[in-house]
Amino acid sequence: MGFTFAEKALARAAGLPQAVAGQIVDARPDLVLSHDNTAAIAGIFRSLGLARVAIPDRLAITLDHAAPAPSARHAENHAEVRAFVQEQGIGHFFDVGRGICHQVISEEALVLPGQLILGADSHTTHFGWLGAFGAGIGRTEAAALWATGELWLRVPESLHVVVTGELGRGVTAKDLCLHLIGQLGQDGGLYLSVEFSGPAIERMPLASRMVIPNMMAELGAKNAYLRPDEPVFAWLALQRARRAAGASIPNDKAVRAQRDVIAASALYPDPDARYTAVHTLDAAAIELTVACPHSVDRAQPLSALRGTRIQQAFLGTCTNGRLEDLAAAAEVVRGRKVAPGTRLLVIPASSQVLADGLRLGYLQTLLEAGAVIGVPGCGPCMGNHLGVLAPGEVCLSTANRNFRGRMGQPDAEIFLASPAVVAASAVTGVITDPRELA
Amino acid sequence: MAQPRLDPIAQPTAGRVWRYGDGVNTDAIFPGKYTYTLREPGEIAAHALEDLDPAFAEQAQPGDIVVAGRNWGHGSSREQAVTCLKYKGVAAIVARSFARIYFRNGINQGLLLLTSPEAVEVARSGDRMAIDLARCLIHLEGREIRFPPLSPSIHSILQAGGLAPHLRERLRLSGAAPTGLDT
Repeated sequence: MGFTFAEKALARAAGLPQAVAGQIVDARPDLVLSHDNTAAIAGIFRSLGLARVAIPDRLAITLDHAAPAPSARHAENHAEVRAFVQEQGIGHFFDVGRGICHQVISEEALVLPGQLILGADSHTTHFGWLGAFGAGIGRTEAAALWATGELWLRVPESLHVVVTGELGRGVTAKDLCLHLIGQLGQDGGLYLSVEFSGPAIERMPLASRMVIPNMMAELGAKNAYLRPDEPVFAWLALQRARRAAGASIPNDKAVRAQRDVIAASALYPDPDARYTAVHTLDAAAIELTVACPHSVDRAQPLSALRGTRIQQAFLGTCTNGRLEDLAAAAEVVRGRKVAPGTRLLVIPASSQVLADGLRLGYLQTLLEAGAVIGVPGCGPCMGNHLGVLAPGEVCLSTANRNFRGRMGQPDAEIFLASPAVVAASAVTGVITDPRELA
Repeated sequence: MAQPRLDPIAQPTAGRVWRYGDGVNTDAIFPGKYTYTLREPGEIAAHALEDLDPAFAEQAQPGDIVVAGRNWGHGSSREQAVTCLKYKGVAAIVARSFARIYFRNGINQGLLLLTSPEAVEVARSGDRMAIDLARCLIHLEGREIRFPPLSPSIHSILQAGGLAPHLRERLRLSGAAPTGLDT
């Protein structure tokens, strides 16, 4: 009997020869992520009576959730985080403006295939895109990890999602996720490790792959997994070699050496691994999909919602704030204007996305169409600032979550869709299929 | 932090039921806009279930029990979605199922979380419910409903009052932390 990815990854993290679903292991994560909540975690950590973090090299901290600080209280919180980072000598610290934790840690290649990352953020499932085990934890658990370097985890059962065929024209990874969550429900993957496979996923660009494990938090999953392949190894190797080389350009030999280390770290499920269920998705049957308020599993084909009036279109977040998303939106709005009575908010997921988007002209195109460009970070996604909603307003967003009150106002409505759909709808002022723009 | 600590292990808990439905998410339990500014227990408790049931923060009494449907607490990893209820004095949450991070956060905060579809089926807002952990029984409107015993690790974390006090004890025993620290 073979092992699933989750069984192999958690056995490795716990230093065990093997582990099986249901077993509780004491795992030692390769990286522990926290963000604006770091000051609160530090408070819990100090209450344990410890002065020094046991694993300072394994912490990664970003300021992204309310960045730059929207109020004096938020600024105070950031100041506490910076003081803590200084005091503890945390090297992997990314201050205001660098971007969203999941994007930044991916770009910095701080997590490798087969590794375990635990984050005080529910979308830590994100790191499945590169074949790592990423799971969200609470603040107290993060403090416990800082103190001891380990945490108990139950090895999850696994759901295998097989994606057959090809996605249709204009249909994206986001549509695939919303469709799947609509089919299985918000708890369809509760406590499970969700493993994906299929040619449609293998052919996806890396930026699109990142959407999938990120969104699986909305299925209730503990983690999600895509099989790491050559494009993943090559990308991570280049990012790591760049980081090591500093200002100079890394040579091919350095990149190849990185690539070999990264590939050797990858884990794959055995062909005879045991799954609680296998779910087959026919990619060709997936339509452009929109999630309706106030739950991600209220997914409907866009065709059923065409014409719904929106006041705000939001392009950004850890789900869809990458370069390919800016490119898709720019292509839609090129030569067009945002509709009167509608705002288009664009927030790149990181400073690297922002720089590349400028260099390639996507942001220029978006600006010319009337978009508002924000600072890299989470933006208004969880209602802190930079584009929260008024009562009665409707927002079409590329985010992963549309809960009531999420964007700061319980009497506002949030729909979720892909970047091209959000851009097309900004131009018309109503939910629109980008393929039908005249 | 002068909250009365309800010890779910030591004594049976009893209180009034606040009944909610399926899929209640963390934004409905504690809105995201407050997560990086509110730190005081009283402040956090004041916003409990704000967008779901404004009457809760006004009327809930220490010892009350939240009863909910499927996937209670899905969404964010924010711990305030647990502590807002704990600081309000909620003694336990009984649900058909819990979201996974919420379940961990609950146990780690020393809040008793029980899965009992049968109790959820029967309970209505305002009912009196008593939970007897020693005998694994829920008393509800004249019925006795059995639930499976807690796992030993969860039991010991709850007994300590949560993961932080549990860890303080462990660190003290191992000599890693200075002793005599107030918990």
